[in-house]
Amino acid sequence: MTRHTLSVLVENKPGVLARISGLFSRRGFNIESLAVGPTENPEVSRMTIVINVDRLPLEQVTKQLNKLINVLKIVELDDEHSVQRELVLVKVKTDKGMRSNVLEIVTLFRAKVVDVAPETVTIEATGSRDKLEALLRVLEPYGIKELVQSGVVAVGRGGKSIADRSLRSVDRSA
Amino acid sequence: MAEHMTGAASLIKSLEHAGVDTVFGIPGGAILPAYDPLMDSDQVRHILVRHEQGAGHAAEGYAQTSGKVGVCMATSGPGATNLVTPIADAYMDSVPIVAITGQVPSTAIGTDAFQEADISGITMPIVKHNYLVTDPAEIPRVIAEAFHLAGTGRPGPVLVDISKDALAAQTTFEWPDAIDLPGYRPTTAPHGKQIKEAAKMIVKAKRPVLYVGGGIVRSGASQELLTLAELTGIPVVTTLMARGAFPDSHPQNLGMPGMHGTVPAVGALQKSDLLIALGTRFDDRVTGKLDSFAPYAKVIHADIDPAEIGKNRHADVPIVGDAKATIAGLIAALSGRKDDIDIADWWEILNGWKKRFPRGYEEHPDALEPQYVIERLGHIAGPDAIYCAGVGQHQMWASQFIDYEKPGHWLNSGGLGTMGYAVPAAMGAKVGNPDAVVWAIDGDGCFQMTNQELATCAINNIPIKVALINNSSLGMVRQWQTLFYDKRYSNTDLQSHQFPDFVKLAEAYGCYGLRASSREEVDVVIEKAMALNDAPVVIDFQVHRDAMVWPMVPAGTSNDLITTARDLAPAWERED
Repeated sequence: MTRHTLSVLVENKPGVLARISGLFSRRGFNIESLAVGPTENPEVSRMTIVINVDRLPLEQVTKQLNKLINVLKIVELDDEHSVQRELVLVKVKTDKGMRSNVLEIVTLFRAKVVDVAPETVTIEATGSRDKLEALLRVLEPYGIKELVQSGVVAVGRGGKSIADRSLRSVDRSA
Repeated sequence: MAEHMTGAASLIKSLEHAGVDTVFGIPGGAILPAYDPLMDSDQVRHILVRHEQGAGHAAEGYAQTSGKVGVCMATSGPGATNLVTPIADAYMDSVPIVAITGQVPSTAIGTDAFQEADISGITMPIVKHNYLVTDPAEIPRVIAEAFHLAGTGRPGPVLVDISKDALAAQTTFEWPDAIDLPGYRPTTAPHGKQIKEAAKMIVKAKRPVLYVGGGIVRSGASQELLTLAELTGIPVVTTLMARGAFPDSHPQNLGMPGMHGTVPAVGALQKSDLLIALGTRFDDRVTGKLDSFAPYAKVIHADIDPAEIGKNRHADVPIVGDAKATIAGLIAALSGRKDDIDIADWWEILNGWKKRFPRGYEEHPDALEPQYVIERLGHIAGPDAIYCAGVGQHQMWASQFIDYEKPGHWLNSGGLGTMGYAVPAAMGAKVGNPDAVVWAIDGDGCFQMTNQELATCAINNIPIKVALINNSSLGMVRQWQTLFYDKRYSNTDLQSHQFPDFVKLAEAYGCYGLRASSREEVDVVIEKAMALNDAPVVIDFQVHRDAMVWPMVPAGTSNDLITTARDLAPAWERED
């Protein structure tokens, strides 16, 4: 199985998220992450969905998604031709004089501290999945008290927008 | 010009604009406002059913014989949830229906109000699309879209849930000039390159089979299919949903494939080198164990729904498009090339199977055989009648022992397998085509799930005929218990040779009740029923309960393990 990132343009209507998440669960596909938000067009929302599937089931996912009336367009974004980012907020223990070590890590990873308490600091970091995984690995020994991560958001590289791309980048014509 | 009226009046006017002439339904609190203007509509006839499930199946039956979108209506909560089964049924068998439900007032939504159920949430997995309307101004647009979605592309059910306050409020009515659904663009015209590719494979094939499904019926492509079959000489297998899509009397028809298919049809698929799959979805009841299905075959798969292509079986040549247009394309690509297609050896094998494995059943020394009843019914009522079956043994026998010559004359619950489908579907079928003779072929188990609609039929002058294949048990389940559970008949004995007395029950409902329990009586009662047209007729055929459906491929096994009777497998390898 491999990771695939799908950008899905949907009509901004009530229930769309339920239609999409319901489709994934009833067809037996696992969503690794899902992020949804507004776009430059107020009538359209954009979802970034990361799934772990083989090539053949991926085709089935996209075809089933395309059958949803509120889905306008699906494009698969590969790592090479897209920028993919997620956000973490992590609360790390800094007792026993460990604060300066942790702050050093923050600097190394170009993250930032957004809150400080006597025995913790809260760090905000954005980046690719690999970078954030590395950051968390390094922070782990100090003691992670709380961790929250956003889903991946992704955009294609180059001058074109998803709206310019051919409708069937992930093919609906079988 | 926009007209002022209530949301309810706007709904009824919208239905009139959508061309609706019949609605099956039951009123209740939340839908009540809609029933008031409905009373004044000259165009829309409302048929008051006895259970919402009946309304839904009736809408399905109506859709399939009228060629229009069927409509059912119910109130919120339990009214709406009673529609869930027929909606799921319509989804599985691609039947175009629109279900309209009342919803509690928008201010009460989400409060667990009396008779509140989130029916749009509940039906999300089983509809082509659904709507929750709380703004009365949206009603005309939503109704227009609902009918468009239900009836175009791959047909299916659409649910429109409307809050009571939206029905009661004042609004303006304006029928939309055009439908704007940017996310819905079904591909109907097949790709020319794919058609050419398919034609190339067809000409080269040595053992081709036209494997056709319900899409042929939905698309009205039977004439094209006949032309293509005769142009190429290729054998045809018709799935359960496609019975009648190609005439049973045609020498190229090998019958139904699948779990209870004919030996020639199942064998043809297993030994084929090219499946030309048209409007069919490689259902597990056809393929058996998927990885041993048609192991030597390349696949041309044409369907209007791209998601069906490659879902269960890889397609070497995928074609997305309407079946009628696709077959027309294949005809054009293959015309004049009949001589290039050399399948004489293939036909020799197939004809051998046809001869050696004819349709038949085991006769019983002193009890009535269900197959005999159905065979006689098919003979007497003929190919112009419409047959609606429930689900189980009687359904399989009705598919096997009646010769279907025309599309749309065989209605059944294929995908969902809904017991109780037959009576209400027959009711709807009769309303959709009042001049046709409509027979429900039902089992005693199925019949007792929805027979309350006999009252609807009697009151509304819908004279359907019911052939009740009464073996006093849940026959198909009993068959599996015989074969796979060591004859331990757990909870399959319905005792329906005594309880209820179906003749009295029919009469209590204002229908004619007849009974037959020997061969001598069968023709007599069928002829009698054919002559009775002023009320519905129910014939209680008391048949023996040990009859089994053969041939059979046990569930989850390879089609190669087909048995023609218990422990009797055909030896195909001899022909290879």
